[in-house]
Amino acid sequence: MTILIDKQAKVKESFQPKGFLRYFSFSLDHKVIGIQYLVCGFLFYLVGGTLASAIRIELISPLSDFLPRDVYNQILTLHGTIMIFLWIVPVVNGAFGNYLIPFYVGARDMAFPRLNAVAFWLIPPSGLMLIASYFIEGASQSGWTAYPPLSITTPQSGQIIWILSVLLLGGSSIFGGINFIVTILKLRRPGLKLMNLPMYCWAMLGTSILVVLSTPVLAGTLILLSFDIVAHTGFFNPALGGNVVVYQHLFWFYSHPAVYIMVLPAFGLVSEILPIHCRKPLFGYTTMVFSIMGIVILGLVVWAHHMFTSGTPPWMRLFFTIATAFIAVPTGIKFFNWVATMWGGKISLNSAMLFSCGFIINFVFGGITGVALAQVPFDIHVHDTYFVVAHFHYIVYGGSVFVIFSSIYHWYPKVVGKLLNETLGYLHFALTFIGFNLCFAPQHWLGLNGMPRRVAEYDPQFQFVNQISSLGALFMAISTIPFLINVFISIKKGKIAGNNPWNGLTPEWLTTSPPPVENWEGEAPLVNEPYGYGKDYHS
Amino acid sequence: MTILNSSNEIKKEGDDLINHHEDFRIFGLIIFLIADGMTFAGFFAAYLTYKAVNPLPEGSVYELELAIPTLNTFLLLISSATFHKAGKALFNKKNVVSQKWLLITALLGIIFLVCQLFEYFNLPFGLTDNLFASTFYALTGFHGLHVTLGTLMILIISWQTRINGGRITYKNMFPLEAVELYWHFVDGIWVILFIILYLY
Repeated sequence: MTILIDKQAKVKESFQPKGFLRYFSFSLDHKVIGIQYLVCGFLFYLVGGTLASAIRIELISPLSDFLPRDVYNQILTLHGTIMIFLWIVPVVNGAFGNYLIPFYVGARDMAFPRLNAVAFWLIPPSGLMLIASYFIEGASQSGWTAYPPLSITTPQSGQIIWILSVLLLGGSSIFGGINFIVTILKLRRPGLKLMNLPMYCWAMLGTSILVVLSTPVLAGTLILLSFDIVAHTGFFNPALGGNVVVYQHLFWFYSHPAVYIMVLPAFGLVSEILPIHCRKPLFGYTTMVFSIMGIVILGLVVWAHHMFTSGTPPWMRLFFTIATAFIAVPTGIKFFNWVATMWGGKISLNSAMLFSCGFIINFVFGGITGVALAQVPFDIHVHDTYFVVAHFHYIVYGGSVFVIFSSIYHWYPKVVGKLLNETLGYLHFALTFIGFNLCFAPQHWLGLNGMPRRVAEYDPQFQFVNQISSLGALFMAISTIPFLINVFISIKKGKIAGNNPWNGLTPEWLTTSPPPVENWEGEAPLVNEPYGYGKDYHS
Repeated sequence: MTILNSSNEIKKEGDDLINHHEDFRIFGLIIFLIADGMTFAGFFAAYLTYKAVNPLPEGSVYELELAIPTLNTFLLLISSATFHKAGKALFNKKNVVSQKWLLITALLGIIFLVCQLFEYFNLPFGLTDNLFASTFYALTGFHGLHVTLGTLMILIISWQTRINGGRITYKNMFPLEAVELYWHFVDGIWVILFIILYLY
């Protein structure tokens, strides 16, 4: 391994300034790139969160008195786009993937370190571009879905910038996906079998397959949409003989898998965190692998369930309802596997574990409303209402974001070498969990009673429930404060973590904290049983 | 640095990894081409859907001239073969022969593009005339962009296979193999495009 390692380590070091500055450089070290993804994503999360607060402040009263209507639409679009493309997708894939996957496969770095750095550095400019579009002629107003003809008729510059930045982010995502697939399949340490990999590798493999197969379709679609806007072609413009439903099909062919791109890595991360803090092997490893791959396959053939009210023919509705309902099976398997992993374990309820438990609770709730939404009669009733908003926030916030926080509490000691403060962690969890449920649970009721989404004004009868929801949003906004204090103070004043504070068996815990540039002094350890906890306890 | 200490065992594993090194770059390229192919798949799906559900207004249905695209199909198929020849020649350490085949391939690519432009200028419709016209130009244009990029890359690698100071030799076949794979992919896409757009 010497020559290659030598080469990779040398390349890494030659490109890397020392100390703190390396996080601002074109570093090729997967660990630095992972942190770059995480911090960059978190900054965009703060922006997106501020926008969400503005939305919730506007919705305290039924009239559009805090924001003009068009500004409300712009903020709503920016909020959705930033949270999906600049926060959750880059963080659950790019940040944790880059940091952990080379450890898990026993490599010194990703397969293509330069491509990796390029993939990251596409993100900040496109994010800044997206935010800057607000100050030019107003940002895009057509929601994160950019449905035509709305996206063709609203002010053009904002929409075009939106398309450009989503194309760049899609490119970044594809480069990352290629890198992960090759790293996991080809760069494994000799002797390490696929079925002995930690579960996060499988989740990332599945996610990357989805990224590679579906993101290009979105890119092609957005290119056609930009032709419609700039060159006045009629692909999606009914006035010129085009077809808006074709856009919806192509868009959701990416954007439904995008849900799995956001949540599958989170499944993987939870599967890493639970066994360590419960001191038990991950329950049902093989079923977990097959259910991930099942979700990948099914996830590609359910997109039209977003379009039940778009004049979709009955046979198509039937097919997509059944396919969507099927996804509940592999997802349910995973859910029960996590519960069974916790069952009878020696659970230590620290912050990481609390956030993971919060994830399981929220996710099963979002999953149940998801199955409900897959049914055509019900979907037609609540389509484009707050019920849908509540459902997908339970998946992407209650699911993915809870896991991101859980993972930060879990891996912070590895990255920094210090433990995070548990008291502040509890406070953070309590505020987030209460705030989140207070904010989004009432929205189910709003949706069932017919409050439409994406509108600045609403029927006064919904005011009280909206105010409860806004109170929850306030809690969520406040919850960021103890987290930020915790992260900054612990860098200097946190308790020394040691190399393996949680007594983990997965490979990243078998090196120093923080890890050296080449990941391990000497040879990479061969971990054939990443979840072999509690053996002595049972025997 | 401790990683420089090497036991024999590590060395053996290292050899395995190095043998795989070429391999996973090609593997990465294959995944990229699958992604690129999905972009085309999206376009094809859109085109076929339009054809099925969006009938064109009266008097705007065109018969496409088949002569030039058929010629173009043959040009690209032949260019795939000439590229293969170039690879074989390089493998047998005949750089000059390889370079010659590469230049022939690039020439075929250029002729393809010229024919395509000629066809564009002689078509009875423009980009925004109707839905069919738009999809026609989007599909062939996107493919033409791929051919242009491919031709440029072939010219670059043919420069790099030169005898004195060229980077590409029989020991370092990767750039040539990568471009070859890409070129075959672009050819394959054209065949599908030809069948769907002109024949179907």
